[in-house]
Amino acid sequence: MSANRLSRQLKNLRSGLAEHYRIITSNRLSAFGFWIIILFVVVAIFAPWIAPHEPWEMVYDRDGNFASLRPPSWQFPVGTTHLGYDLFSQLVLATRTTLLIGATSGLISIIIGANIGLVAGYYGGKIDEVLMRLTDILYGMPFLPFIIILISLFGRKLEFVILAIILIIWRTSARVIRAQTIAIKQRQFIAMAKARGCSDFRIIYRHILPNVLPLLLLYAAFNIAWSIITEASASFLGFGDGETISWGGMLYELWLSGKTRVAWWWFATPSICIVLLVTSLVFVSRAYEEVANPRLRKR
Amino acid sequence: MTKTATPEPLLSIRNLGVVYSTSQGPVHAVSNISFDVHANEVFGIAGESGCGKSTLIRSLLRLLPDNGRMDAGLCQYKGQDLTAMSDEAFRKNILWQEISLVPQSAMASFNPVHRVGDQIIESILAHRDISRAEARERSAGLFDVVGLQSDLMNSYPHEFSGGMRQRAMIAMSLSLDPGLIIMDEPTTGLDVLVQERILRRIREIRAEIKSSIILITHDIAVIAEMSDRIAIMYGGEVMEQATAVDMFENPHHPYTLGLKNAFPSIRDIGSELISIPGSPPTLVGPLTSCPFAPRCPFNLDTCHQANPESINIGTSHQVRCIRTADAKQFRKLAREKSTWRS
Repeated sequence: MSANRLSRQLKNLRSGLAEHYRIITSNRLSAFGFWIIILFVVVAIFAPWIAPHEPWEMVYDRDGNFASLRPPSWQFPVGTTHLGYDLFSQLVLATRTTLLIGATSGLISIIIGANIGLVAGYYGGKIDEVLMRLTDILYGMPFLPFIIILISLFGRKLEFVILAIILIIWRTSARVIRAQTIAIKQRQFIAMAKARGCSDFRIIYRHILPNVLPLLLLYAAFNIAWSIITEASASFLGFGDGETISWGGMLYELWLSGKTRVAWWWFATPSICIVLLVTSLVFVSRAYEEVANPRLRKR
Repeated sequence: MTKTATPEPLLSIRNLGVVYSTSQGPVHAVSNISFDVHANEVFGIAGESGCGKSTLIRSLLRLLPDNGRMDAGLCQYKGQDLTAMSDEAFRKNILWQEISLVPQSAMASFNPVHRVGDQIIESILAHRDISRAEARERSAGLFDVVGLQSDLMNSYPHEFSGGMRQRAMIAMSLSLDPGLIIMDEPTTGLDVLVQERILRRIREIRAEIKSSIILITHDIAVIAEMSDRIAIMYGGEVMEQATAVDMFENPHHPYTLGLKNAFPSIRDIGSELISIPGSPPTLVGPLTSCPFAPRCPFNLDTCHQANPESINIGTSHQVRCIRTADAKQFRKLAREKSTWRS
């Protein structure tokens, strides 16, 4: 019996994943975004094996000359910095940092946002009032100054960058999930669940949550994208983790070097990576947006 | 059909009222409701739309919206005072376990994202300490009782037809052997053939289970067919309450007479239906007159001055009307179309 159940659940999981794959590949742009993300994830996982050098290791060309500010070539596919660091290695290793920050803060923020939205929307009244005013206060916080102050207080550590992003970014998802929860809780099957004696916990997480899931996935993708952008901005301003290489951090070093006008390859590559990854996430989220709001499909 | 009344009723309600606070002032959706439901009995509540039937059951199940407030002189189930019970205790011990519901629209009453069977299993597991497999077996048995194949349990609600969903809803209401099942218009929105099948199923189930049923409907024919005792509601109050036989052979309230007229009988095919002119009261503010007086063809000045008390006529027949003495004459007049012209 339990083996039966396990196989049934596995089947459910497989059909569930197949369904998500179908949603994502249903239009060309989101399919493109999906494969770009997969590519970045693979690079992030195997980064230490792909990168030929350490991020802050001075490199020399085949003739033994110090490779400073070299444009892209066969040996240095994306060129080098003025201090002779290999940009390709930096780029590959930074993918890891960026995806780590993006995934962690994106996912934690959607979990916080979803829970606050569900609880506020379901209970209404005073609970709603308190949680939503808290959200409003966060809306009043300017994004970058908040992160800059937090980092200056606690230090340039990866954890604090992630924490700062999470603290700010959940606000939009909380609002949207709350609105959707209020709409769903009016439906007859929620009253029926109450009549059946379901606890509030059960109604929220088993009856409402699955019904807001498309929206939740949409905002999960948004949150990840925003986390990546925020991390890049913070790092570019010098408030990233100094010990870990990131795309924004690479741009920060370029700025410090003062070689922006000379080394086009230095600013082009991390910028392209940021834009490509964020755009891919937005493309994938578009596919979920169509599920959450079918009217978009007809356009 | 006749039952000997047991001394201790299953559900006992005295002076139940529900007030909704709205921007237009308090709306007395339900007031002065008193009735008993005995063990193994079908108690029918009939009335037109907006008469407070649904509000009444929502208040019994504590499903009133936030602006609704219920107060009752007495609300006793199996000797327990329900009004004194905390929400948590009510949810754990009464809801579904003792009082279950077959809702108005089975179409919208299943969560679209879960399988039908899983929702029934969920209601069992929420109250009983048994394994999932046992709950599954029990649900399959219930599907059998309502005449659905048990492999349909793995379907989603949208894969069911209206009649199937209604039957699944009835299966769900039976899942914990409740003492009382409230059926809120169980056949509304279904076509006549499906209606008939559902009613037959309910009748068959009645023979098998011990539960009492409160049957709420605006369909006089359904209620006449199914109920042991009937209450006729109008304007949030019970106008007349009697055994089914009494209600149809010996009706007293002018509203009951009008309601009976409004439904076709097989015997007088071709004759025009007689309807009651006017529309139900808005119920803003407490009632200061008989709620039916403005539409009643037999009203007197006194009808507009005070809301009449319920009067006992016979052992289990109550009427809220001051002119019960003239009932025999009313019955004759009510059959004339000219009587009901406003």
